[in-house]
Amino acid sequence: MYQEELVFGHPASMTDHYMHYCPGCHHGVAHRILAELLDEMGLADQAIAVSSIGCSVFLYDYYKVDCVEAPHGRAPAAATGVKRARPDNFVFTYQGDGDLASIGMAEIMHCANRGERVSTVFVNNTVYGMTGGQMAPTTMLGQKTTTCPGGRCQEREGSPIRMTELLSQLGGVAYAARVAVNNVKNVKKAKEAMRKAFQAQLEDRGFGFVEILAACPTNWKMTPIEANERIASELIPYFPLGVFKDVSQEEAC
Amino acid sequence: MSRIEVLEERCKGCLLCAQACPKGVIAQSERINQHGYKVVEAAAEKKEECIGCAFCALVCPDVAIHVYRTPKNVKEEETGHAG
Repeated sequence: MYQEELVFGHPASMTDHYMHYCPGCHHGVAHRILAELLDEMGLADQAIAVSSIGCSVFLYDYYKVDCVEAPHGRAPAAATGVKRARPDNFVFTYQGDGDLASIGMAEIMHCANRGERVSTVFVNNTVYGMTGGQMAPTTMLGQKTTTCPGGRCQEREGSPIRMTELLSQLGGVAYAARVAVNNVKNVKKAKEAMRKAFQAQLEDRGFGFVEILAACPTNWKMTPIEANERIASELIPYFPLGVFKDVSQEEAC
Repeated sequence: MSRIEVLEERCKGCLLCAQACPKGVIAQSERINQHGYKVVEAAAEKKEECIGCAFCALVCPDVAIHVYRTPKNVKEEETGHAG
């Protein structure tokens, strides 16, 4: 007889706390990938997370790492302080689009431009999730939210901001990529992109940034499966996936 | 033989796993967990078809699926055809 082996279990650096996210929310997938990387890269003992305000506010419940809760949008500024005080620790922020692209726009821009040795995981679900589905800077044109019930209009509210493209223009950024977690192939690619963003910090090359396109079935008023399909049909055509910047060791200052 | 274990108290019945399964093994059950979600299960008649690819666990947003795989018999392992 052969002993069956566990080929997919719970990541060691993740607590078994029940996740508060809605059914079909991609935050859970992003959390799991991050925890798997902390385990695989041996970072669980030295990692310090800086969490944001939004649906991911309870990040500290789900990881067995130390965590700082930053004011709304200020996670990159708080992470700068954490990293400069403790340069030997691995510091990452985990932010949503309402937090990073709206109120925290200044902080992320300057943190990236200074080339702080921190990594940012940016979960873009095109809407303010926790507060009830208001329009975010990343909301798609025509998308209905509680603050643009007729659909987002370019004349009135402007176009969705492509954060990864913006940040990839800045000198301090060592790695910037956009990924999705809507199918198995994309989940695997997302993990590799996050690994590279983390390595940019570990190898002292600069700021690492990964944008994850995520579904918000509740605020999109869709079933989890419909929301998952919307990523491929509507989001990816506007927010193209790929690596926008990858600075090798030699080029880094 | 491979099998999946659904942690019913974590499952939220989003069915993303059922969509990702290449063999159509996973389906919604009639059981409702303590949070009020109808949980998924490996359907009794299709259970045997599980190949242990872990696609379901990879897309599960709630880390609610554990995947087990058993190595095939020795003969296959020796000839290099083990799964």
